[in-house]
Amino acid sequence: MKLEGKKRIWKEFQKEIPDDHFFFVRSCIRQSFFPGSEQFLIKLLREELGKDIYEDPRHTTCTGIGYHSDVVPFETIQTVVARHFALATERGYKDILISCVTSFGIYEEIVETWKHFPETLEKTREYLYKATKREFEVPRTILHTSDAVYKFKDEIAARMKYPLVDHKTGEPLKAVEHIGCHYSKMFPKYGVGGAEFPHTLVGMIESWGGKVIDYPERRHCCGFGFRQYLIQADRGYSMSNSKKKFESMEPYKPEFVLANCPGCTMFMDKWQYTLKEQEGKTYGVNGQGIPVLTYEELAGLVMGYDPWELGVQYHMVQSEPLMDKMGIPYDKDKKYIAKDGSKLIAPKNLINA
Amino acid sequence: MKKFGFSSIKPRVIDYDRNNRAVMEYIMENEPSFALCIGCGGCAATCSAAQFTDMSLRKLNILIKRGENDEVRRLMNKCMLCGKCTLVCPRGVNTRNVIFLTQQAFRKLDNYAV
Amino acid sequence: MPEQYDRHIIIVGAGAAGCTAAGQLAREGYRISLIEKENEPGGKVINWYQLFPDRRKSEEVLKYLRDEIDNPLINISLNTTVESIVKEDDRFIVTTTRGVLTAADAILMATGFDLFKPERKEEYGYGIYDDVITSVELEEKFHSGTVLTSKGVAPERVGIVHCVGSRDEKVGNFHCSKVCCVTAVKQAIEIREMLPGTEVFCFYMDMRMFGPYYEELYREAQEKWGVNFIRGKVSEASENIEGRLLVKVEDTLAGKPLKMQVDLLVLMIGMENSLSGKKIAGSLDLEIGINGFFSVLDNHYGNNQSNQAGVFFAGTCTAAMNITDTISHARASVVEIGRYLKSKEKRVVL
Repeated sequence: MKLEGKKRIWKEFQKEIPDDHFFFVRSCIRQSFFPGSEQFLIKLLREELGKDIYEDPRHTTCTGIGYHSDVVPFETIQTVVARHFALATERGYKDILISCVTSFGIYEEIVETWKHFPETLEKTREYLYKATKREFEVPRTILHTSDAVYKFKDEIAARMKYPLVDHKTGEPLKAVEHIGCHYSKMFPKYGVGGAEFPHTLVGMIESWGGKVIDYPERRHCCGFGFRQYLIQADRGYSMSNSKKKFESMEPYKPEFVLANCPGCTMFMDKWQYTLKEQEGKTYGVNGQGIPVLTYEELAGLVMGYDPWELGVQYHMVQSEPLMDKMGIPYDKDKKYIAKDGSKLIAPKNLINA
Repeated sequence: MKKFGFSSIKPRVIDYDRNNRAVMEYIMENEPSFALCIGCGGCAATCSAAQFTDMSLRKLNILIKRGENDEVRRLMNKCMLCGKCTLVCPRGVNTRNVIFLTQQAFRKLDNYAV
Repeated sequence: MPEQYDRHIIIVGAGAAGCTAAGQLAREGYRISLIEKENEPGGKVINWYQLFPDRRKSEEVLKYLRDEIDNPLINISLNTTVESIVKEDDRFIVTTTRGVLTAADAILMATGFDLFKPERKEEYGYGIYDDVITSVELEEKFHSGTVLTSKGVAPERVGIVHCVGSRDEKVGNFHCSKVCCVTAVKQAIEIREMLPGTEVFCFYMDMRMFGPYYEELYREAQEKWGVNFIRGKVSEASENIEGRLLVKVEDTLAGKPLKMQVDLLVLMIGMENSLSGKKIAGSLDLEIGINGFFSVLDNHYGNNQSNQAGVFFAGTCTAAMNITDTISHARASVVEIGRYLKSKEKRVVL
């Protein structure tokens, strides 16, 4: 494989990422399933890097789940998103930082629609004003949180305590990176690195000492997509897509999977549990599963934050084998203990536990 | 082990490297004109069986070449052996013989290796 | 005593078109300045090993072209690029990298084509995966006597992808490059002849066998050489853990997607109007069609003429062509140039 070819493509698809003053909107799934991640992102940007990141308590879900399930019409979601723009305008923010990849895709889709069909923008202004008396400006940049972490990957590397290497041998860890479909497949120019060879997560892993694996099904969708799995009988279809990816990456023996979409992270983690229960198969070495992490969790781990604060204990596939390899210390007894000392519910049937 | 109300689906991709092409090789050996097919579909257009069933000689020929044997088994018995296909073929493939040989190949395959 | 018209024609490009036109014009007594940006005349004919449809050696055609320009009335200037051409009254001033200004009575644009840059089709991984090569690079392997992969061994299976950079909205080329289909068939046969144990698969959208004996070559490829043809567009190529290329294609005739491993993937890169030709077009105010090639005055009986009087075209700067048609087109341009110059002639009656 020739790296120069990939580097040339990455140079072509560069994205303007501002480095301060973000208007942050949260993700429904990440808040529920990976709360440590969003919390850490804010801590990283605010406390570690001293950036201005503002969260408006009045912001809502973008209604992406409803939109992609045909329950919320396009006009409604345009108005909901416009309201977020109005909140940002009110506070003087021009750059929106979005936590969820589906949201990111929706915001981009809406802004592109407004560019090509200005009458829809006018209509949306009308609807928003009628509903809330608010007015808005279209933001200057629309960013995903993985773009922000990508932008600051070198600052994170400078604060690194545990690089992505086997701490005994110094060998870089092998990682699979998975980009959410709506991050760069819809509008390749809005994703760092474009659609075929996206660079956002590759940049992070390589800056932090790891090695990225290019496997045949790298580009394949994980099967998430609300429409595909809302009805139980359809979930086999969803799961089979993740299974295809696991079968393809298995021979390369990756130590972990890094994903930037909340849905992908959730699916690639949880389907490993389902496949183990239903088919008795795991895809890591020695009958283990492959830990699936968010980029905040990975950043936190390399920077030496307490893994239980980051929330890795609430994945189905536990990260202990990875942390052992990296030399990260953790207290087994404190795993399911809350901040005030009370006991939390410990999940059952975990893999690698 | 269906615990959750759904199960994983077998991929429908033609996995060329995994498929067994013994049937194709048998036909190629015994009817070399089989190599001339361009998939134009003239045969399928005139086919008597295709008017009322999902028989498609065009598709059958392609599936044989790819080694998709399950589908081939299903389709090959629908042929009425009327011979209209052989009259149409612009490349001169002996289509009727292809059907005979396919059926022969599967009989051999089921009893012993081709 | 033959009448020698003291007329000077500048021909830009010494490829198949330029050399053919130069030779014929010189034989009719015109003075020719032949300007070529590369190191030697012959253009893209130099790349070929064997030519379709009869697989004759390209060096024979190269010899014909070089013999054509072996004429005292032809002055060839190699390693010289034309930067601009401007019309002044009835004559043309040509500025080249050699700084020489040459006044001519007629200009023949024989600037030819550029090959499509395959890196632009990111999904095929050219320049990233070691064993993805172009049709031109395959010809180089034929020149070397054998076809080996980057690992230095003969491939067990070769995939050939048609329509790379042609008929493709994503790269802005809607046109068909015409000759790639027959080239693919020729190259498939050549591989099968060189490496009888190697399987060859052509992934095509259509089989455009437009010329004499082309369709017969396609039939021969299937009948005699066992080349396999799968109708469908390749969506992506990736590398698996053994370093083999995994190709995903829709087998449209089977109605299902197909995947297979190949050891070598050959991209049939298309033709685009040459950048160097288009640069000159600016100074001359030549019209460029929406397909990027030069617009001709009339599609049926005026395809050697441009929108500028005295500026003529020969060859692939107007459209994708094979060598035979390029030579015919160049010969036709000679007729047009002759007509134009005679119409400008002031007859001196002695």
